[in-house]
Amino acid sequence: MTLIVIPLLPLAAALWALFPQRGRAAAGATMAAAAAAAGAAWSVALRSAAGAPTVAISGWIACDGLGALALVLVAGVNLSAAIFSYGYVSARLAPAGSRAERRYYVDYNLFAGSLLLVPLLSEPALVWIAIELTTLLSVFLVGFTRTRGALEAAWKYVVLTLMGAAIALLGFLLLYWALRGAGGAAFTWDGLTAAAPRMPAGLMQAAFLLVLVGLGAKLGLVPLHTWVPDAYRHAPAPVCALLSGAEATVVLYAILRLVPVAAGVPGAHAGGWLIGFGLLSVGVAVFLILQASDYKHVFAYSTIEHMGIILVAAGLGGALASYGAAAQVLAHSVTKTFCFLAAGAAAVVTPRREIQGLLRISPVAGAALLLGGLAIAGAPPLAVFLSEFTIFRAGFAERYPIAAALLAGFVAVGFFAVMAHVNRAVFGRAGVRKVIPLPGACVFALAAASVPVLWLGVYVPRPVLGLLHQAALWIGR
Amino acid sequence: MVQSAWAVALNDLAGGLFLLTAVALVVVRQVQACLAAFVLESVLLAASAFILAAASGIPDLVAVGLITIAVKAVLLPWLLRGTVPEEIYTRRELSQLVNVPASLLIALALTLAAYLIAVPLAPAQDAFIRVNLPIGLAGLFISALSLVTRREAVPQLVGLLAMENGAFLAGVSIAPDLPLIAELAASFDVLVIVLVMGILTRAIHEHVGTTDIVELVERSDEEEL
Repeated sequence: MTLIVIPLLPLAAALWALFPQRGRAAAGATMAAAAAAAGAAWSVALRSAAGAPTVAISGWIACDGLGALALVLVAGVNLSAAIFSYGYVSARLAPAGSRAERRYYVDYNLFAGSLLLVPLLSEPALVWIAIELTTLLSVFLVGFTRTRGALEAAWKYVVLTLMGAAIALLGFLLLYWALRGAGGAAFTWDGLTAAAPRMPAGLMQAAFLLVLVGLGAKLGLVPLHTWVPDAYRHAPAPVCALLSGAEATVVLYAILRLVPVAAGVPGAHAGGWLIGFGLLSVGVAVFLILQASDYKHVFAYSTIEHMGIILVAAGLGGALASYGAAAQVLAHSVTKTFCFLAAGAAAVVTPRREIQGLLRISPVAGAALLLGGLAIAGAPPLAVFLSEFTIFRAGFAERYPIAAALLAGFVAVGFFAVMAHVNRAVFGRAGVRKVIPLPGACVFALAAASVPVLWLGVYVPRPVLGLLHQAALWIGR
Repeated sequence: MVQSAWAVALNDLAGGLFLLTAVALVVVRQVQACLAAFVLESVLLAASAFILAAASGIPDLVAVGLITIAVKAVLLPWLLRGTVPEEIYTRRELSQLVNVPASLLIALALTLAAYLIAVPLAPAQDAFIRVNLPIGLAGLFISALSLVTRREAVPQLVGLLAMENGAFLAGVSIAPDLPLIAELAASFDVLVIVLVMGILTRAIHEHVGTTDIVELVERSDEEEL
């Protein structure tokens, strides 16, 4: 039951926001729905961490370890972005109670609902449709400000990701064919994994590549990555947090679901393709970070970098690498959400693209941006550092020393590139005098989002550790 | 599966015409003609589904064909007319980034590539898959080409949907018994795509005054400077 209710909660908030209301009732309803969804997701995750999958309708709606990791991350990102929106929307986008504000919350909740749906579905064809919905329901959020740049960003985003979706569709159809040919019963993730050893290698390889390239468009994987900088520059900050922390997570989840299937077919070379695509994306992303024009772009490109790292980890195979991949999914999601909220705070206090001396303009926003930069670049002892280090170690342990060394080299260059940009924005002399105070809800959301960023590097609580191990089992089988 | 020569020949015909309409989408120069080619392509997809249904006796395929005609040949043009301003819809003489002979050559190369990729995957004894899989893949590739060479919003939208048609042409042969719920949801999805991109096209038209996407990109680059 819980599983069915979770995506319905944001839907209810979206319906609520359709009707005119006083003050910030729509924002309040959004926060309430997000909090309830997060609570429910956490209860599902606790059960999964103990090794017991939650099943609502067998074969259609269910949630195991990997699904629970994606679910709880999406719900968490949604909650912090909803709280941040409470302050951000009225400060930057639309006055409280206006039509534009309601439009924002309708779109926001529909998008959140579609994101929560993806990890709950067991049938790959329906997962494909849910992923397509996440694109369609976020288009108007990306183009929310209706400026020329925002509309262009929205158009690029929708065209490139839907192009990828059409490619992935053929991949899923081939998967179904392979399943039937192998005598498999149900078209579910589990059914695919069970039938994998009897599938022909060539067919599996074609299907896996189509899905990887197609869904990769949503992750910003090279070569369908050109929508990324525009969308992240023009989308409102909480939407960026959802795009990077939640949307990328669920799409990556769908790809990771296929990894054990493809790895179960001898001769399909799934690991090699994952490592190749992953390294290519990491390399291109690092060079894009080097020449990025502002810190929002830096965070956008660093999303591509992290997705690439996770794919490499999944391609390495083995228990350690799978654990590293799961840990990196978690670390990326919580850290990048914090980064985009910090970028949003910076945009609130000083609405200019070129920012310098943020620490003097607003100590809260400046400190947050600095922490976000350090965390996402992978400074020890924060969570991203730990998971990346695990992946390097796994690379050497699994006898892929060249891939591991290349990855480590790219990540090191990426670290300095990210910090150079963040330094410029945070330190230095402040150019502007006029400062807009940061709304209380934004400060609260930043503080709440910073807790897992700081905490997970030093100490991973038992349930979270259990969840990561469970998720790793599903990636690495 | 026993496949009668008639059904195979008819399906070959539908597949060949499907490929022609996919190529037509790359070269026609009017928004109206582009849309007409897409409707024709969808009808041919439905025809292939009907032929396969008759030959294999899978009733789901009849439903797939009917849904395809209802959604892509009837509802879609109507919905597009409702959301996209008339002025864009009737515009003529589209400019393209790659000229027609070059586009045709690339389309030819893509078709060959699709054939080379798909034929080793298809079983020798199934004449339907041996036609639908390579042509579906070629349709996917060629429509992707039309997507990148077009400058106008509506033809780009049509190119996207044509990519999906290509995937489904392969799908009716390789996954004929895919649960109908997936097919229904995918059709619903097509309508949402048209609605969302139609509204976006209208917003671009109203705020920017052009639906030439390339021009839009160039202008907004200038603004950033």
